Amino acid sequence: MNDSITGTMALEDRFGRDTSVDAASVPKASTSVEAVAAGQEVGGTSELKIDIRNLNFYYGKYHALHNISMGIRERRVTAFIGPSGCGKSTLLRCLNRIYDLYPRQRAEGEIMMDGRNILDRKEHLDLLRKRVGMVFQKPTPFPMSVYDNIAFGVRLYERLNRTDMAERVEWALRKAAIWDEVKDILRQSGTALSGGQQQRLCIARAIAVKPEVLLLDEPASALDPISTLKIEELLDELKEDFTIAIVTHNLQQATRVADYTAFMYLGDLIEYDATDTLFTKPSDKRTDDYITGRFG
Amino acid sequence: MRQLPLSRSAATDTGDPTPWPDRIFSSFAHLSAGTVLLVLSAILISLIFGGWSAMSKFGFGFLTSDAWNPVTEDFGALVSIFGTLVTSAIAMLIGIPVSFGIALFITELCPAWLKRPIGTAIELLAAVPSIIYGMWGLFVFAPLFADHVQPWVSDNIGEWPIIGALFQGPPLGIGMFTAGLILSIMVIPFMTAVMRDIFEVVPTVLKESAYGMGMTTWEVTRRIVLPYTKVGVVGGIMLGLGRAMGETMAVTFVIGNANHINASLFMPGNTISSSIANQFTEAVEPMYTSSLIELGLILFLVSFVVLALSKLLLLRMTAGEGKIT
Amino acid sequence: MDMSLYRRRRAINFVTMTVSVLTTLFGLFWLAWLLVTLFSEGFQHINWAVFTESTPPPGSTGGLANAIYGSVLMTVVAVLIGTPVGVLAGTYLSEYGRHHSISGAIRFVNDILLSAPSIILGVFVFEVVVRQTGHFSGWAGALALALIVLPVVVRTTEDMMRLVPDSIREAAVALGTPRWRVIVQVIYRAARSGILTGVLLAVARISGETAPLLFTALNNQFWSSSLDKPMANLPVVIFQFAMSPYDDWQHLAWAGALLITLGVLLLNIIARVFLRPQERN
Repeated sequence: MNDSITGTMALEDRFGRDTSVDAASVPKASTSVEAVAAGQEVGGTSELKIDIRNLNFYYGKYHALHNISMGIRERRVTAFIGPSGCGKSTLLRCLNRIYDLYPRQRAEGEIMMDGRNILDRKEHLDLLRKRVGMVFQKPTPFPMSVYDNIAFGVRLYERLNRTDMAERVEWALRKAAIWDEVKDILRQSGTALSGGQQQRLCIARAIAVKPEVLLLDEPASALDPISTLKIEELLDELKEDFTIAIVTHNLQQATRVADYTAFMYLGDLIEYDATDTLFTKPSDKRTDDYITGRFG
Repeated sequence: MRQLPLSRSAATDTGDPTPWPDRIFSSFAHLSAGTVLLVLSAILISLIFGGWSAMSKFGFGFLTSDAWNPVTEDFGALVSIFGTLVTSAIAMLIGIPVSFGIALFITELCPAWLKRPIGTAIELLAAVPSIIYGMWGLFVFAPLFADHVQPWVSDNIGEWPIIGALFQGPPLGIGMFTAGLILSIMVIPFMTAVMRDIFEVVPTVLKESAYGMGMTTWEVTRRIVLPYTKVGVVGGIMLGLGRAMGETMAVTFVIGNANHINASLFMPGNTISSSIANQFTEAVEPMYTSSLIELGLILFLVSFVVLALSKLLLLRMTAGEGKIT
Repeated sequence: MDMSLYRRRRAINFVTMTVSVLTTLFGLFWLAWLLVTLFSEGFQHINWAVFTESTPPPGSTGGLANAIYGSVLMTVVAVLIGTPVGVLAGTYLSEYGRHHSISGAIRFVNDILLSAPSIILGVFVFEVVVRQTGHFSGWAGALALALIVLPVVVRTTEDMMRLVPDSIREAAVALGTPRWRVIVQVIYRAARSGILTGVLLAVARISGETAPLLFTALNNQFWSSSLDKPMANLPVVIFQFAMSPYDDWQHLAWAGALLITLGVLLLNIIARVFLRPQERN
């Protein structure tokens, strides 16, 4: 309902709550890092694990991310939402510098983690990627057995004897809630599993090296609803040990799993707040439009 | 449980964090890729080097001289070049229509259950080594040809004006024509496979809409498939031509190793590759060897050009997929 | 509808289709005739002696044992030389230089080598090895064969490695895997059967090659296991024996021809059986 006389709009969000917004008072862009830091804590205090400052990203000449600044809280789930092309995956991929594989992509700015700027050219990338693990949209089991898939990453960083390695593999598979399904087929190829199982295998593989941060790029978008649910339940448990950043185009998923949500649009960070706040009382009109489905 | 040291990835003084195992592996890969280029250059250089004495002695006259006399050390490439061109031409004249017909059969006419077996048969036949074709030509085909076909042909067609000269001569069985025929049998499976692959690139929807309009199979081929694959077919033909020109063993058995040019196809002759094959180990004098190497250089350059052209054409076809000229 | 036009179109179609069938029969006829002759002549003259005795002087009986051994040995050496270089070059094209402009040149040159007349390779190796060392040798023969193996392996390795999806590469890199391990432990593993197929096809190709051996390994009437000396091999023996006027020699030539053909066909079939499951993925 659009009351063009007073310039306000009476809206009902998808949760049925009245979320009237005064159009004139909507600021151009709003990031609520301060708000997040200030006091809207969700369940206990949490430090900033990753502090993004003035991040700009370019695909060749194309300026894909514009001056992003935000902080990702330790041991919480932070979701990135926004329409296709808004830059959420691009931002995620900056956090483990996987874009470095492609010569025409570059990032400028600072991403501070544990006191160091991970965008620095001198940064040891493989060690960064040990601390920041990633799970991709498409399940990517390696062409080897289930056991070797998990052990592969561990072997890069630790020398474990057979018993210890078997323990670690079991631990990772349990944490990824897939142990019971694969414990009898550990020697079978990872590619023989179903899509949902493969994705959880990839999660187990990422966890096995004991990272500090876990990046998930639309992890469930290629999966059926049941597998999706399993993964979402998983995230709730995993955040006890890991800082999690997840990109999703599924808004309900964000409300289900995320403590904080960042809304992005056309390369800008429009709004960033505790999930509840963002979805019930978004401060930016664009956030509101996206959430209520006016565009997508 | 032992953590590997953090300094595992050794950074260099310049701050470049690429670890040394990565750099060694990468160097090997780069070097190997460079080896490919190196091999080609080395071949070219050694051929020029080896043929140099002949090149400086005979100059461009080498290409037009039909002399071939090891005693007086007078050599000319004309006989061999002539032989290569004629046998390849015969091979193409016979091979192109036949390959085309078989490829057409496989893609348009063949019942589905037959497609795979015939396709596999063609590919396996393309793998049979050329020496087999040569042997068969010498032992099986040549005698039959000499006894039953050649007398008839030279008695009848040999009497016709002009083209009759092509078919005269004693019924030796071996000779230019036989070599050309054997060569065509060798090249047919290869060209068929290439043409079939090219025909299959045509999108099914295109053909279906043509059939749907009531066009006959031939019309679809002529008006839809061929224009679409025109460039690729020519590329495939050139690939076959390159193959035919460089072929040694299929030809050497049946060409007769004669160092003069004859008007008749039934007479023996020589191709570049058969000259080299037959005479290289006997060539004791340096000028003899050098002339043979110069022949090799000529063959190499000619096949280089033909192959390069065929590549260009084939690339153009795949790049232009979807465009009908 | 103009019936005469329609009939004419039908007639043309009938004629061309018949021609197509006839050409197919024509082509298949020659090839069938060839195979039938080969098998009948060859099998007639295969016996245990072929595998146990060395090549005889003219006029006596013997076998092809030294030629078989020499061919196998030189093939193995050629594969040992050509495969690592070929796989690494293919790795470069797929992993390091995929979009560099020099890769286009390398692929082009590789294709030229792939289709170059094999006799030229023989002349080349003669110039750089036989001339320099002063004698023919098994090494020279193996090198000439390696030059045929190289482009085949480069091509198939690059093609097979490019089939591995980038998502697997990214997943391995995201774990912090160093680049060489990504290639060796993940990508090679994924492309394993395809690369092996390429090697098999290369082996099939060199098994029947005569021209490159004519003046590199030459031939050896006696048993020799030394690669430093001229080495007996099946194709050159067949060439020599077939062109000779001696019956015994000609029989052995047929036996050898059959052996080579069977070997080549077997290798191709094995390669197909390996490759097909890969393609379905």
